[in-house]
Amino acid sequence: MDTVISVASLLCLLLGSFLCLSGGVGILRFPDFYTRMHAVGVTDTLASAMILMGLMLQGAEANVVIKLIIILLMTLFINPTASYALAKAAMYSGLKPLLNMQKSKRG
Amino acid sequence: MELFVNVILLSFLLAIALAIVRMKDLFAVIMLAGIYGLLSASFFVVVDAVDVAITEAAVGAGVFTLLMLVATVMAGRYEQGARHKPLLALAVVFITGSLLIYGSLDMPAFGYGPAPDHQHVDSHYINESMSEVGVPNIVTAVLASYRGFDTLGELLVIFTAGVAVMALLSTLYDSHSNLGTGPENKWLYEQQMPIRLVVKILIPFIMLFAFYIQFHGDYGPGGGFQAGLILASAIILYAMLFGIRTAKQVISPRFYQCLSAFGILLYGGVGVVALLNGEHFLDYSVLFTDPLAGQHVGIVLVELGIGCTVFSTMILIFLNFYERKNNQLDGCQ
Amino acid sequence: MLIAASVAILIVMGMAIIRAVVGPTLYDRILAVNMFGTKTVLLIALLGFVMGRPEFLDIAIVYALINFISVIAVLHFSDSIYFKHDTQDKKTVKKEE
Repeated sequence: MDTVISVASLLCLLLGSFLCLSGGVGILRFPDFYTRMHAVGVTDTLASAMILMGLMLQGAEANVVIKLIIILLMTLFINPTASYALAKAAMYSGLKPLLNMQKSKRG
Repeated sequence: MELFVNVILLSFLLAIALAIVRMKDLFAVIMLAGIYGLLSASFFVVVDAVDVAITEAAVGAGVFTLLMLVATVMAGRYEQGARHKPLLALAVVFITGSLLIYGSLDMPAFGYGPAPDHQHVDSHYINESMSEVGVPNIVTAVLASYRGFDTLGELLVIFTAGVAVMALLSTLYDSHSNLGTGPENKWLYEQQMPIRLVVKILIPFIMLFAFYIQFHGDYGPGGGFQAGLILASAIILYAMLFGIRTAKQVISPRFYQCLSAFGILLYGGVGVVALLNGEHFLDYSVLFTDPLAGQHVGIVLVELGIGCTVFSTMILIFLNFYERKNNQLDGCQ
Repeated sequence: MLIAASVAILIVMGMAIIRAVVGPTLYDRILAVNMFGTKTVLLIALLGFVMGRPEFLDIAIVYALINFISVIAVLHFSDSIYFKHDTQDKKTVKKEE
């Protein structure tokens, strides 16, 4: 049973790190704001959830697990909201997405 | 591992500082300063200064960003060009920096036990605080009990800053500004329905967490300063999303003014009660029959005073700046 | 494994800093700051486990909250700045009509 839990924790952490890294590559390499937003917004929440779950499975005390759950819930609430607000604010301020036609000009 | 993380975090800090110097857009500078706060807070965590880290997170990344944003909105978004050549200043800074680095060569290594600065009172605090003050968090014991007078001074500085801002900028009782239809920021609370919903759910938890930090300060990281700042950020968040007028209807500015003075009075009053009971100023041992319980009661009361003053002063500063900006916009139109 | 995850997060923090320094628009920087804040929360939580100090999680909660508040504040004020400087901006004209 212990090995199953530690393997599960390891897998969660591995997946979380991979998602983090892919989000990082996305924010560096993508051509315009909205695609970067996409990369970060999609990976950030799941990566946090995976890493926090991996930590929960490390066999900590009850109050530590409860605090981790609080952080997880906050991340689930906060991250998508912040991404939504950011994208909407950018759109509202007149920032245009990079379309295919403009690609040769800017990218 | 620790050394590795420290080196990486400090080189990030250096990169951010250089970028801040080169940037002209003050909004971008504030964003980078927020990252700077988060980074230095992580650095404090790695070197095990948990209380400092929590303060730096609340100040550097939270309240500092909020106040700077309001100030930037008043002052304009882009930096003005320099009117003079900064060569002399550069020379002075360079010489001072070199001297400081030269001085640091003689310093004992970080965490070296027999170093002179650890010989004075440190060992007394570490060994005796549990039997003299009885609070598990030594930082709280030093801050609120051993060095209570210094903390009173710091609190007075914050209070004075609040009073000064009010004296210079206050329009809170200007009947014109209260009745006028200031150009409030419409879109955030008309079009951003999801944010309002999430914030409505989150604000009670933020406040609850602030109270946890306030009253758990004796046992873990935290205390009055940090709790006051977090609570103030919650109220400021509410004011930004639901309009400043709504926020002023919920809690009136008069209440913040009274609370701000009440915190100082509570702090000083605890000291005077100790004085009247025949002990030194701010010696809490006489507040209760048992000296340790007396110390604990005194620390809880003092931290409560700190929390009240910091909370209300931060909100007053923010409200004054914000109202002044709205009035300026009123004048423009 | 904890250490490997911390190293991965440090690398991603570096990437976010590059985007915050380079990022052509203000919104790129806000995005980078938001991402940086999330990664800091994770880094603190991981370091708490690596160093065996679970009370670090309190600080991680503070970070998560503060990060959200500052992002909302920047969005709020970045809009009012347009309000102040470009009163002839097309948004304001649209509103007045």
